[in-house]
Amino acid sequence: MEDSKKIEEFEAKIAAGQKIEPKDWMPEAYRKQLIRMMSQHAHSEIVGMLPEGNWITRAPSLRRKAILLAKVQDEAGHGLYLYSATETLGIDRTELLSQLHTGKAKYSSIFNYPTLTWADIGAIGWLVDGAAIMNQTALARGSYGPYSRAMVRICKEESFHNRQGYEIMMHLAQGTPEQKEMAQDALNRWWWPAIMMLGPSDDQSPNSEQLMRWKVKMESNDAIRQRFIDRTVPQAEFIGLTIPDKDLKFDAATGHYTHGPINWEEFFEVIKGNGPCNAKRLKARTDADKKGRWVREAAVAYAAKREKEKLIA
Amino acid sequence: MSDTQWPLWEVFVQANPGIPHKHVGNVHAADAEMAIQNARDVYTRRSEGISIWVVPAAAISASSPEDQGAFFEPSNDKPYRHPTFYKIPEGVKYL
Ligand SMILES: [Fe+2]
Ligand SMILES: [Fe+2]
Repeated sequence: MEDSKKIEEFEAKIAAGQKIEPKDWMPEAYRKQLIRMMSQHAHSEIVGMLPEGNWITRAPSLRRKAILLAKVQDEAGHGLYLYSATETLGIDRTELLSQLHTGKAKYSSIFNYPTLTWADIGAIGWLVDGAAIMNQTALARGSYGPYSRAMVRICKEESFHNRQGYEIMMHLAQGTPEQKEMAQDALNRWWWPAIMMLGPSDDQSPNSEQLMRWKVKMESNDAIRQRFIDRTVPQAEFIGLTIPDKDLKFDAATGHYTHGPINWEEFFEVIKGNGPCNAKRLKARTDADKKGRWVREAAVAYAAKREKEKLIA
Repeated sequence: MSDTQWPLWEVFVQANPGIPHKHVGNVHAADAEMAIQNARDVYTRRSEGISIWVVPAAAISASSPEDQGAFFEPSNDKPYRHPTFYKIPEGVKYL
């Protein structure tokens, strides 16, 4: 039984807008939920490098290649900030990685889709990073200090990701008919997965009330999704691309777009591991871990040797 | 040898000359040299710094949040440490 007085103080602190820091008392459910969310977020940044990494060697110009490299490097950085922040909750990175590799921990559903053409790199930056920004700006106001600070830093870096993606799409949309078709095809394939990556709709996502009160979750999935749609639809129109949703309409009364039904069955299948690339992504991660092991060990041995030499000298 | 993610190092970055190094986060690395290189790649990709310190995380001792009240108490009841404690008549200059 957790001390009800401690919970009261903890909740009062959060209600007053104060941050919870690693050594502060916190309920076990808060710690567990944060570890789950933050590690899932960290894994997403890391696995998220794979679909884009696929195009680094085939970027259409040196400019695009340098940009894509920088973007993918940022994602590696985001993964590291988030693993660090998660470690402050008393779990180490070896454990976090083993949870990813054994399939115990999840990562974002979106990275289980393939990147078939160069336009997919545009669609990812524009839509996937765009959706992630909506979610992350909300999380930056969350109550756990290290997570919120990591989010602030990440959000600053994300807007370049979002813009470079839109720029790719814009250039293709203004190019030859084939290029425009390629851009439209990428939008057709990435739109719904991007909508879904913001998570199940509110009536399917349980126990949000406590998480909202604890400022672990800041906004409901549907609210974030609505904002993403409202901001993105005009961006598509501006470059002459069509959102693949025949039911999409602007509702002048509410000032929001209404959208067609979401295929949640597909979402839950991908989460369960049955998306087009789940096995491939996980294999790339576990291979990297196995093949990198001797490097980690050699670096430790080398550091120990140099330390010894220092002591003798 | 069990698998290793390398020891943890806390990272401090000086953004500009003449100001203190500030804690920005941490990195895993086999030794100090690698920690500095990793810190450069993780925390200063957009010219956020001109100098980096790394400290083994295990070497840092910290005050405990539970004792925060009592620990910092001695300074709370000494308002006379602040210049605003003293009433100086109007008209007295440069004081
Ligand atoms: Fe990211
Ligand atoms: Fe990103």
